[in-house]
Amino acid sequence: MIRDITIGQYYPANSVIHRLDPRVKLLGTIVFVVTVFFISDFIGLLFATAALGAVIVISKVPLKYMLKGLRAIFILMLFTVLLNVFLTPGEVIFQLGFLKITMEGIVLAAKTAIRLVYLIVGSTIMTLTTTPNHLTDGLEKALNPLNKLHFPVHELAMTMSIALRFIPILTEETDKIMKAQQARCADFESGNLIQRLKSLIPILVPLFISAIRRANDLAMAMEARCYRGGIGRTKMKPLVYAKRDYIAYGIVLIYVLLWAAMKMWL
Amino acid sequence: MGMRLEHVSYIYSPDNAFRKQALKDINLEIHDGEFIGLIGHTGSGKSTLIQHLNGLIRATEGKIYYNDQDIYASDYRMTDLRSHVGLVFQYPEHQLFEMTVLKDVCYGPKNLGLSDDEAKKRAKEALTMVSIAEKEYEKSPFELSGGQKRRVAIAGVLAMHPDILVLDEPTAGLDPKGRNDILDQISSLHKQTGITVILVSHSMEDVAKYVDRIIVMNRGQVFMDGTPKAIFDRSDALESVGLAAPQVTYVMRCLHSIYPDMPMDATTVEEAKTDILKYLEADK
Repeated sequence: MIRDITIGQYYPANSVIHRLDPRVKLLGTIVFVVTVFFISDFIGLLFATAALGAVIVISKVPLKYMLKGLRAIFILMLFTVLLNVFLTPGEVIFQLGFLKITMEGIVLAAKTAIRLVYLIVGSTIMTLTTTPNHLTDGLEKALNPLNKLHFPVHELAMTMSIALRFIPILTEETDKIMKAQQARCADFESGNLIQRLKSLIPILVPLFISAIRRANDLAMAMEARCYRGGIGRTKMKPLVYAKRDYIAYGIVLIYVLLWAAMKMWL
Repeated sequence: MGMRLEHVSYIYSPDNAFRKQALKDINLEIHDGEFIGLIGHTGSGKSTLIQHLNGLIRATEGKIYYNDQDIYASDYRMTDLRSHVGLVFQYPEHQLFEMTVLKDVCYGPKNLGLSDDEAKKRAKEALTMVSIAEKEYEKSPFELSGGQKRRVAIAGVLAMHPDILVLDEPTAGLDPKGRNDILDQISSLHKQTGITVILVSHSMEDVAKYVDRIIVMNRGQVFMDGTPKAIFDRSDALESVGLAAPQVTYVMRCLHSIYPDMPMDATTVEEAKTDILKYLEADK
C-alpha cells in the first residue's frame, strides 16, 4: 500500500527519455500540462493522449508502474467527479430527491477526471525518468536568470531535490514503523473512523521524530562538507545540450504549433 | 511443535525493474526452546526471513507451519501468530511513541485485548526482565539513554508473552557494556522461561557465546545449519561468504600449530582460557 507512491520516484531504464537533458523534460512537461487545460473537445483529447502515449512507450517505464501513482489521488478524483456530476446546473437527465444529475455535469466531470489523470501521469513521467540530482541541476540552470533578481535559485532547487529524495526514505520508514507496530499486534484496518485515526498515532509520532532526526543528520553532514549554498559552486558534470535535446525541443515546438493551429481553425 | 518452513521463496517487486529475489527455497525447522543464531552478510535475506515468521511478509512460494497449523490458511488469525512470535526489529527504539515508558510497554498487551490492570502487570514484569528501574516508568521514553530506550522497546514485545522471540541485531549501535547487558538479559530470559530465541547478528563473538544452533544465510539461501562448533570448524567456508569464525578460534588454531596437544575448537574466550590453563597444567 505505502509502496505505491510513485510521485517523485526514479525508475531506472535505458531510454532516450532518460538520457534527455532535464531542462528539455521540464519545458516539455510544462507545455504538456498547459495544453491539458486546453482540452475542450474530442480531437484535443485524442491529440494529448497520442502525445502522452508516445512518450510513455518511448520511456520504457511499465504503464502499470506509472498508473500505481494514481491510486494515491483516487479519493481526490472521486470527490471532484462526484461534486461535478451533482452540482453542475443544466439539462437534468436523472433526479433523486434533491440530487440532480445533468448532462453538463457528466461532461464536466469526465473532463476534470481526464485532466487530473493526465496532469499526474505527465509530471510523473518527468520524475520517473530523471534522477533527483539531474532534476535539480536542470531546474537550477533553467531558473538561472532569476538570480539577477536576487531570487535564491540554488537554494530552491536544493530544497526541492532534498524533498524528492526524502519521499522514498520516509515511505520506507513508514513501512518499517508500521511493521514494528503490527508485530505488537497493532490493527490499522478495523474500527470506526475515530479508532482508525487513533491507531495512526503509533505510526505518526515515530515518523515525525525520525524525519526530524534525519533532517538534522543531513544538515550536519552538509555542513561537515562545507556546504555554503550556491555562490561560487561549480559542477563536476555541467549540463550540455546534445543533438537529441535540440530534436526534442523541435518536437515540443511542433506540438505547440499543432495545438495553436487546432485552436485557430477547428 | 515449533515452526516449520517448507520451500519458502520471496521476491520483492516481482513485476518491475526493482525485482529482487530475497529468499530462495528455504527449508527450516525451529524447535521449542532452542536458542538460534541467524547470521549472514548484509543483504543475505536474514531480515526478510524473520518477517515471514510472524506473517508480516507473505511468502511468494512455499508454506509455513506454526505448531502444525498452516499460517497461510484462510481461517488462520495473524494476530494469534503475532502474539506467539514476538519480533523485535533493528533499532526498535524508533518505534516508541507513548507519553510514558509504562504506557508504551502496555501497547502490545492492550492490543491483545487484555484489561488495563493485566496489561500494566505484564508491562512491569517485562520492564523488570530488562532491568528498567521503577523510577523510570513514568518518564517519557525519549528522555532515556540509547541502551535504555532499546531495552524498553524489547520489553514492549516481551510483555506480549511470546513463545518465540526474534531479535534483529539487538546490539547494533550500542557500546560494549550495553551490548553485554542486553545479550545477558536475553540469555537469562531464555534459561528462566524456556522460550525459543532467534538472534540475528553478524557478530560471531556474540553468537558463539550464547546460542546452541547457528543458521548461516547466504544470497537468500540457508548456507549452513548446525552447532556453533560444527559451523566454526568450517571457517574457510564461512570466509568464502564474507563471514568468519570468532577471533579466538583463530588464535587457538595458531597455538595448536605450535603446540599440537592444544585443543583448537574453542569458540569463546572463556573456553579458550580453560583449554589453555588445562594444557599448561598438564604440561607441568
